[in-house]
Amino acid sequence: MKEITCKLLVIGAGPGGYVCAIRAGQLGVDTVIVEMAKPGGTCLNIGCIPSKAIIHAADDFAKTVAMAAGRNAMGIKADNPAIDLAKTMAWKDGITGRLTMGVSSLLKKAGVKIVVGRAKFRDGKTVAVETETGEQVIRAENIVIATGSAPVELPMLPFGGKVISSTGALSLTEVPERLAVVGAGYIGLELGLAFAKLGSKVTIVEALDRILPLYDTQLTQPVARRLAALGVEVLLGTKVKGPSSNGEALLAKTGSGEERRIAADRILVTVGRKPVTEGWGREELELDMDGRFLRIDEQCRTSMRGIYAIGDVTGEPMLAHRAMAQGEMVAEIISGKRRSWDKRAIPAVCFTDPEIVSVGMSPDEAKAAGREIKIGQFPFSANGRAMTLSAEEGFVRVVARADNHLVLGIQGVGAGISELSAAFGIAVEMGARLEDIAGTIHAHPTQSEAFAESALKALGHALHV
Amino acid sequence: MAEKLIKLPDVGEGVAEAELVEWHVNVGDLVREDMVLAAVMTGKATVEIPSPVEGEVTWRHGEVGDVIATGTVILKIRIAGEGSDGEEPEAENGDRGEEPRVKPAVLPVAALEQALEKKVEFLKPKAEMAVPSPMAKAPPHAGAPRAEGEKPLAPPAVRLRAKEAGIDLRQVAGTGPAGRITHEDLDAFLNSQGGGGAVTAGLQPNKAVQEVKVVGLRRRIAEKMALSKSRIPHITYVEEIDMTALEELRTRMNGTQKPGRTKLTILPFLMRAMVKALGEQPGINALYDDEAGIVRQYGGVHIGIAAQTPSGLVVPVVKHAEARDIFDCAREVARLSDAAKNGTALREELSGSTITISSLGAMGGIISTPVINHPEVAIIGVNKLAVRPHWDGTQFVPRKMMNLSSSFDHRVVDGWDAATFVQRLKALMETPALIFVEE
Repeated sequence: MKEITCKLLVIGAGPGGYVCAIRAGQLGVDTVIVEMAKPGGTCLNIGCIPSKAIIHAADDFAKTVAMAAGRNAMGIKADNPAIDLAKTMAWKDGITGRLTMGVSSLLKKAGVKIVVGRAKFRDGKTVAVETETGEQVIRAENIVIATGSAPVELPMLPFGGKVISSTGALSLTEVPERLAVVGAGYIGLELGLAFAKLGSKVTIVEALDRILPLYDTQLTQPVARRLAALGVEVLLGTKVKGPSSNGEALLAKTGSGEERRIAADRILVTVGRKPVTEGWGREELELDMDGRFLRIDEQCRTSMRGIYAIGDVTGEPMLAHRAMAQGEMVAEIISGKRRSWDKRAIPAVCFTDPEIVSVGMSPDEAKAAGREIKIGQFPFSANGRAMTLSAEEGFVRVVARADNHLVLGIQGVGAGISELSAAFGIAVEMGARLEDIAGTIHAHPTQSEAFAESALKALGHALHV
Repeated sequence: MAEKLIKLPDVGEGVAEAELVEWHVNVGDLVREDMVLAAVMTGKATVEIPSPVEGEVTWRHGEVGDVIATGTVILKIRIAGEGSDGEEPEAENGDRGEEPRVKPAVLPVAALEQALEKKVEFLKPKAEMAVPSPMAKAPPHAGAPRAEGEKPLAPPAVRLRAKEAGIDLRQVAGTGPAGRITHEDLDAFLNSQGGGGAVTAGLQPNKAVQEVKVVGLRRRIAEKMALSKSRIPHITYVEEIDMTALEELRTRMNGTQKPGRTKLTILPFLMRAMVKALGEQPGINALYDDEAGIVRQYGGVHIGIAAQTPSGLVVPVVKHAEARDIFDCAREVARLSDAAKNGTALREELSGSTITISSLGAMGGIISTPVINHPEVAIIGVNKLAVRPHWDGTQFVPRKMMNLSSSFDHRVVDGWDAATFVQRLKALMETPALIFVEE
């Protein structure tokens, strides 16, 4: 097959890779992108998007179940709700299908050549792709590694059969009667909550002594309460030993030494994700590592000239929007623009019930950084809109410097609060002070009023609490 | 306590207005007697307005570039102590009681007029005029912008601009809330960097744009050039002149000159040749009043010599070149160009020419297209003198060659006349003895 030469080769068409390629194409950079599966990567195909679809379906179903059980304060009644999970999955697949096709057409529109196959480095400028029709050699002036991440497997619980990863969970066509979830990070909790709502008896096993270890307990408490309300058993400080000999249960040992046998039809292992640093010929290169990740600098350059890396393969936080921002930046750098990573904050969202958002520093982080801080927290129980949504759980919390009121971080927990991440992000990125937020008119009646009120609270004069 | 009103003085020539070209004081400044308050310009001359009193500036009118009517109050100075002038007496004309205290023109008006007769300050270089102002602000980036370890705080749009301009935001002070760096802070930093502080290495695009207000002499020049080029259809005629003989003569004359006498340049030879040629073609030594439809041919040959000064182009005039011998011409050129450069040329020394010479000396290039000094009808451009090979019929010989690039107003001077004039100059200069032949 004839060799391709290009100015930019992107390996991996996940959110980081495809954004990088589109932006490069826009800038007139001769760009090729290689993807071995579908464009969109984990995010679009087996991650963010499908999980949110299932979470939403589960949410609606749970509400209907509550209505049928006569537990609806608004007086809505329903009879015999049922869910056809296969149909739910087909609906979800329709969404991901539209999105991946959208990405393909955006790439084409930007003039990016798409090569389907598995890429492997031959040297720092040459990559060989195994395609359906044979080997395609691509020579590129610049190469961006955007290989992403994959679920971590536990040695005693290898994926297969009953043991599934998040990918497997997102393609189940029947609701498991009993679901054991290993790992109480955000993926385990999002999916565990969703299946609990779909009717599974869910047990979550976590080795640490708390859920969502990346968030403080104030933020996770509403989630813990919701888990309890849904009858989800959460075993903290509990170590997984493996499946039972007949394969019908998960064996674990609690912190107090008690052996537990958790009957399960499916065992969902969500103990984190690992960067994909193997399988693409890293051994042919001289790339410095940063722990298990590829080492990059503030321009996403690796230790080799002309080789960049973006996204999950480069480190925490492993979030699609971080990868996208890196991809965009790298494309601009390659096109000759002067750029470097200068973001003040990367918002993080948990689509649990209720949702959690965190932008910038938490109070603990700010204190650890030696800051004198002011904190303002406003509960949704005092927010009119939240009441009308039956969503009074949660709050917005703002963390600011005590001396000049510069906002260091904003966190919140509550129904639908993921959409407030935009406001929080802008505030931190623009360098807003408490007065800027308090001085911005927030529309009434919206949940966002809690944001302005939290700033007022930090300033010592909240109006509605 | 009383206030002294400082008015825009009548700077002579019946000019009813003058352009404010420089403020030397701000409101709140304390001024001493004789301290220069402002500079105004009429024609091509700048007049400094010194303070007649000691006091504090309380009010100021007009911005640089404004054209202000004579007699307008431009400053108010509060005078400390007793016995000061009231507000009203100054408002009246003919306040002859007050003596001009210093050489530079001083209020009151009448005294100023007298002073102007004697001397018009001509465009001193700026550095000399600069008076440190107590109101002057510290540069925006003075000192460390923020405490050690503090990261610069800037919105993404400012960060992007800084990056594209190659600015390290750690160097930029922030004046916004919480020390936030605003677009204005970045502008100020860029300006203080002279349009683009390079922090990173390598070649960088400089996207700075500096606005320079066209005021004062520059504006006068701009207006005159535009007027000349818009009204006068120029015809430019270039001829080369063999200067070898003239150069030999000139070297000899300089060598045998009495010490202390002005050295002869090419210019006085050219001037004398022009006098001679113009005697035969008086239509070229003329001013064309196109509105009246009259060409005024002058008997006297008043030759303007375009001269570059630190402030810009001026044209001092050698009057009655026809009545000056070559040494007199040389002396006068030297004197006037010194005066122009030092800013001491008198108003009448800067006007009244009937024809102009433009010379860039050693930088004169091969050809130029001189712009006629309106309303004159001709300008003679002197190009660089250089040794060039010349074919004498049997061989190449080195000759000192020089081009003359001369422009004429084609409305009143035809190409034939222009060529005739330049050919006459050529003949005279190639055989310089002819310049000195009395007819």
